[in-house]
Amino acid sequence: MQATDGFMTVSMPILTLLIFLPILGAILTAFLPREESGLHRGVALTFGLVTFALSLVLLKYDPDFSSTTATVVSSRFPTMQFVESYGWIDGLGARYTVGIDGISLWLVLLTTFLQPIMILSTFSAVTERVKEFMIALLVLQAGMIGALVALDGLLFYIFWELMLIPMYFMIGIWGGAQRHYATLKFFLYTMVGSLLMLIALLYVYFGTDAVTAGGGYSFSLAELMAVPLSEGEQYWLFGAFALAFAIKVPLFPFHTWLPDAHVQAPTAGSVILAGVLLKMGTYGLMRYAMPMFPEAMVTFAPWIAVLSVIGIVYGAVVAMVQEDVKKLVAYSSVSHLGFCMLGLAALTPQSVEGAMYVMLAHGVATGGLFLAVGVIYERRHTRLIADFGGLAKVTPVFATFFMIIVFTSAGVPGLAGFVGEFLVLMGASQSQVLHFGEATYWFESVSGAMGPEANALVFAGIAASGVIFGAVYLLWMFQRVMFGPIKNPKNAKMQDLGVREVLYMTPLLVMCFVMGLFPEVFMSRMHSSVDAFMEQMRPGIQAKLTAEQRQVMQLSAQVNLGAPASPAPAASAPSMEAAKPRPSAGDEARVREMIRSRGFKLNDEGKKRIQRLHRGAAAPQGGAQPSEQ
Amino acid sequence: MIPMFAMGASDHDDHGHDDHGHGDHGDGHGGHGDHGHGEHGGGSSWWMYLLGFLVLAPTLMCLFNGVVGSSGVSYNPATGEYSSPILMAIILAPAIGAVINGTIGQKLPRPIVNLVGCAAIGLAFLFSISAVGSLMGLEAPAAEGHMAHQPIVYNAFKWIWVGNFQIPAKFVLDPLSAVMILIITGIGTLIHIYSAGYMSHDPAYARFFTYLNLFCFAMLILVLGGNMLLTFVGWEGVGLCSYLLIGFWYTDDAKASAGKKAFVVNRVGDFAFIIGMFLIFTAAESLDYQAITQLATTPETAGPLMGIATAATIFIFIGCTGKSAQIPLFVWLPDAMAGPTPVSALIHAATMVTAGVYLIARMNALFILAPTTMWIVVVVGGVTALMAATIAVVQNDIKKVLAYSTVSQLGYMFMAVGSGALTAGVFHLMTHAFFKALLFLGAGAVIHGLHDEQDIRKMGGLRKSMPIIHWTFLVGCIAIAGVPGFAGFFSKDEILWNVFAQVHAGAPMPGLHVVMWIVGVLTAGLTAFYMFRLYFLTFHGESRVAAGVTPHDAPAAMAMPLIILAALSAVGGYLGVPHILGGLVHWIPGIGEAMSHHILHTWLEQVFTPSANALSIRFEHDQEVVMEWVTMGVSVVVALGAIAASWMLYARPSDVPKTVAERASLPYKILSNKYYVDELYALLFVKPTLLIGRFFHKVVDEVLIDLLLVNGAAWVMESMGAIGKRLQDGNVQRYAGYVVLGLGAIIFLLLIK
Repeated sequence: MQATDGFMTVSMPILTLLIFLPILGAILTAFLPREESGLHRGVALTFGLVTFALSLVLLKYDPDFSSTTATVVSSRFPTMQFVESYGWIDGLGARYTVGIDGISLWLVLLTTFLQPIMILSTFSAVTERVKEFMIALLVLQAGMIGALVALDGLLFYIFWELMLIPMYFMIGIWGGAQRHYATLKFFLYTMVGSLLMLIALLYVYFGTDAVTAGGGYSFSLAELMAVPLSEGEQYWLFGAFALAFAIKVPLFPFHTWLPDAHVQAPTAGSVILAGVLLKMGTYGLMRYAMPMFPEAMVTFAPWIAVLSVIGIVYGAVVAMVQEDVKKLVAYSSVSHLGFCMLGLAALTPQSVEGAMYVMLAHGVATGGLFLAVGVIYERRHTRLIADFGGLAKVTPVFATFFMIIVFTSAGVPGLAGFVGEFLVLMGASQSQVLHFGEATYWFESVSGAMGPEANALVFAGIAASGVIFGAVYLLWMFQRVMFGPIKNPKNAKMQDLGVREVLYMTPLLVMCFVMGLFPEVFMSRMHSSVDAFMEQMRPGIQAKLTAEQRQVMQLSAQVNLGAPASPAPAASAPSMEAAKPRPSAGDEARVREMIRSRGFKLNDEGKKRIQRLHRGAAAPQGGAQPSEQ
Repeated sequence: MIPMFAMGASDHDDHGHDDHGHGDHGDGHGGHGDHGHGEHGGGSSWWMYLLGFLVLAPTLMCLFNGVVGSSGVSYNPATGEYSSPILMAIILAPAIGAVINGTIGQKLPRPIVNLVGCAAIGLAFLFSISAVGSLMGLEAPAAEGHMAHQPIVYNAFKWIWVGNFQIPAKFVLDPLSAVMILIITGIGTLIHIYSAGYMSHDPAYARFFTYLNLFCFAMLILVLGGNMLLTFVGWEGVGLCSYLLIGFWYTDDAKASAGKKAFVVNRVGDFAFIIGMFLIFTAAESLDYQAITQLATTPETAGPLMGIATAATIFIFIGCTGKSAQIPLFVWLPDAMAGPTPVSALIHAATMVTAGVYLIARMNALFILAPTTMWIVVVVGGVTALMAATIAVVQNDIKKVLAYSTVSQLGYMFMAVGSGALTAGVFHLMTHAFFKALLFLGAGAVIHGLHDEQDIRKMGGLRKSMPIIHWTFLVGCIAIAGVPGFAGFFSKDEILWNVFAQVHAGAPMPGLHVVMWIVGVLTAGLTAFYMFRLYFLTFHGESRVAAGVTPHDAPAAMAMPLIILAALSAVGGYLGVPHILGGLVHWIPGIGEAMSHHILHTWLEQVFTPSANALSIRFEHDQEVVMEWVTMGVSVVVALGAIAASWMLYARPSDVPKTVAERASLPYKILSNKYYVDELYALLFVKPTLLIGRFFHKVVDEVLIDLLLVNGAAWVMESMGAIGKRLQDGNVQRYAGYVVLGLGAIIFLLLIK
């Protein structure tokens, strides 16, 4: 294929294939005879598996950007790989540009990974209009992958809307009794957000003539991000984008469409909704809203964090009192996605990477939970917790699967759920931006020299209470469904998992363990992209730093420099680390005073080290590790 | 696949382990009865396990040593650390056992499952011995003429690695974790063997051994983890296994609830643990124990840690109260007795519940920076010890007595570590592991021998029919009561003496320590009293056993662990002989013969050096010898007196207990209802949370957001449409009127401008 516009030669248009293979599958399915539902399933499954196999090529993504042979790199998108770009609507300045980085890579893989699992799960669940259902699933996949890999505003918007249509039909046609109400709510909610986003997108688009080479307009993400915007403009535009994404996530209080949609959707619809669609909100924030408007993001960060923390606790507490298993899982999604949003709002490398990991783990765990709910629903045609009890005895294999998924969702370490949530909380507790100004530093008397981190700690602390509630609602539900004596005779003859069900549950289970034990497998491909993301957010963060905050950072930098055992900042250290101002000699007295006030006496060696430290710090290349001297 | 919930071929309910089903034993208790107790399933074949174990284990050991050299310890000059993969072998052995039994165990014959379960932990024990042996060899001269043991470190892989938050899967064997792994794997092995007998009629034996192995795996991670987060992994892991094992007989809703309660209450503690980690990371930028200790003990780097030390240690201590069942989070442990008795012995007496004590000992360098936390620990420990002991006095369930006794003894350990007597805390942890495991296993053997009877009012006179259980149980009672010469005496005496000694050591509140010492002595008396009450009611007097039940003694697989643990309970205390009693001669290589009264103290010294320096004060021994004799004398007299009282009241027919219960009916009622703490918590936390949840769901979600905002927005749109519709009704005169009105408005606006 011909290289264009400074792009390197494309060896295989892998991303385009990933988008259009499912479309091809949908077209093929459309031409199959209606009665052959087995054939529809077979075709859809085949396409799902082939797409997944093909998507594994993306694992060649090179986080170090060292080899250019394996993955295609573009000069215009230096953080992206597998970039393809073709002319599309030249008059509008819209191009077909796709590419992935460490942020979208795993979400694409999650999408392709869940697809065959979902298709397998529908074999017995969907018996009517199989053909249309499979077409909807395939189109949906194309839409999701497209939205994840698009690097062009218009292209993204089109895929974003494309996802909506099959989902609308899925709930509307194959849904439960109140599906019409749920579909309408889902559709209107999302459309309100989408529309605002479109307006904001166009506003920025009409500013791109200032930054393009030829003076024309461009939808390219690179140009959209370069448009100079005043602070006031940023606030409004960010607000519009953020609202669209917040509805999708959903962030409290925009969440009420989710329980309805989940409860009415068929199992596969719920899996895909929880597994990937919700992440489109957080992904959109990371890809568009946050890097395009960093100052606005940082200003709104504490407010977003407030809503996230409310969502975490609120979702969990409401989940606790649900009588319908599926609604319970839906509310648990509100809680988990709250972690995700908190991580993004906290803007530390740990929290952002944690948020990304929560997206993946939640996709696996909640996808698994919905599949498990689907299993019992198919057998008993009810989802009310009260109708069950004692199932563990009659369905031991299912109980084992279900339990491991439940514990993953509850965030037990060693399983997938823990890593992301912990990183989010840990990152949030260290955040520099989660405060409402100097007047509101809480806990200062307790936390000593902590400053704004004390505020961040309050956020992290309240959010961490979600781990308690998470255990309560999940274990209570599990107990009422699986343990105890069998009260309802209808449950006594319940079938355990069949081969097909074991087949589609097992990959999820394996992922629960792999993601929990070896997160670095996934995260090693995220680090460089998160660093790049943090670099984009840096202007915003720096603007937010208060005088006192700078001072505190300075102080802590000094004191920690003397720590021989503290890990040296890694090469990929957060950009904020680099932003730490150098310690000045004037603070030496303060450090001494602090150490003295805490009841320690400096010995001679200690005095020498502090002096050495400050001499080193005062010098231009200061801040060197004293141990090196 | 993994039928971990499989109950086996037969229907479990028919073999119900109905602990609450006192009385009619003619039916339904087939789980342990009616299967011919003469030749007990586990009994006849336990030699086989032992033999297989004895053959298999050394073979594997030889293989291991052959492959990686002697214990595989190698020196890495770059980091200055000794490293050995044997640490991984210790941890992974039980994990492999769990995987085997968890996946194909249901299809394997029972002896194989037993063998796999026992061999997995037994191997871990042998590996532990080997590793600790190597550790003893790695001595290097340290300050003050003592020898320090270089820890053995094993970095397995990068676990979580984001920016400056770097958590390796790093395992560290130092003297403290050495003590812990020997307890875990040693007592663990005995309890596994015992379980082969105890569970010999339960169809879900494979699931049982899976969970038990999994627990040991998690517990080993907890103590060997080189940083707080790995400890947290083990911490939650043991909680998870505890949940699974308490609710092992899950078809009983009450047992499943007990498991859930344990997990949730522990989660409250874990929540605090997490906050503690945040604080520490904020200050230290590391969660590595070695790094934290180094930062905290180096004056010029301790600044930030001092700032958060009090807050962080309080949060961590809250975590410890969860796992170690202290006030306010002790409520789960008594309920946890719903699990099979070997579980109670292993998890809820010997190992898991001591994790809190271990953690404080591990983080002593940080705790010592926070005197406020230290006295909170002492007070919480002391109050818990006394409170639980008073409850234990009136309990009638043999396991409940032991459960409250465990809570009480854990309180002792916290008193010790809170007083800075870390060695004493760990010492009591160890002796307690011996005698409490023994007592639980003994109780389990009694329950087993009486076909699932747990009510001591339905026992009595069992010493004739259960001689082995009787004698070993007696040893356990003597040990816990603090009779001189037995294990409990040494460790308890050391704790009491250290609490008392704080008065002279310049503690911030000397009065508090006097009070705490009195609390400790009172608790010691109560302990001796209720333990011997239990002993006399169970084994002496007239038999009150229900008709139709023929008590039988422990089968061999259960008797062997009892005898070994009884021996340990008897002599385990000599690892820490108080110096006024002479102590032992300790040989220190390279330095020569040195007097050491306390082997354990010498062994743990390097771990506790940081805090020892801070508290080094103390006083000259010779000046205080008299005081030490006096305090020791007081506690011995109190203990013996309490035993005598117990003998008078319970060994012979006596009306006094009944009279006391009637006369003091209110205190008796409060005590038998455990101070109504469960009820209080339900009122304060459980019900309000559910209420809030319903309020959020019904009011906020359904009314405020959906009805007012969402449907309200729709209604506004609709109304606007309705108004617009009326405006354009086709009436031309009205349109003209609008035009005039509009014109008038414009003119008006122009005029006022």
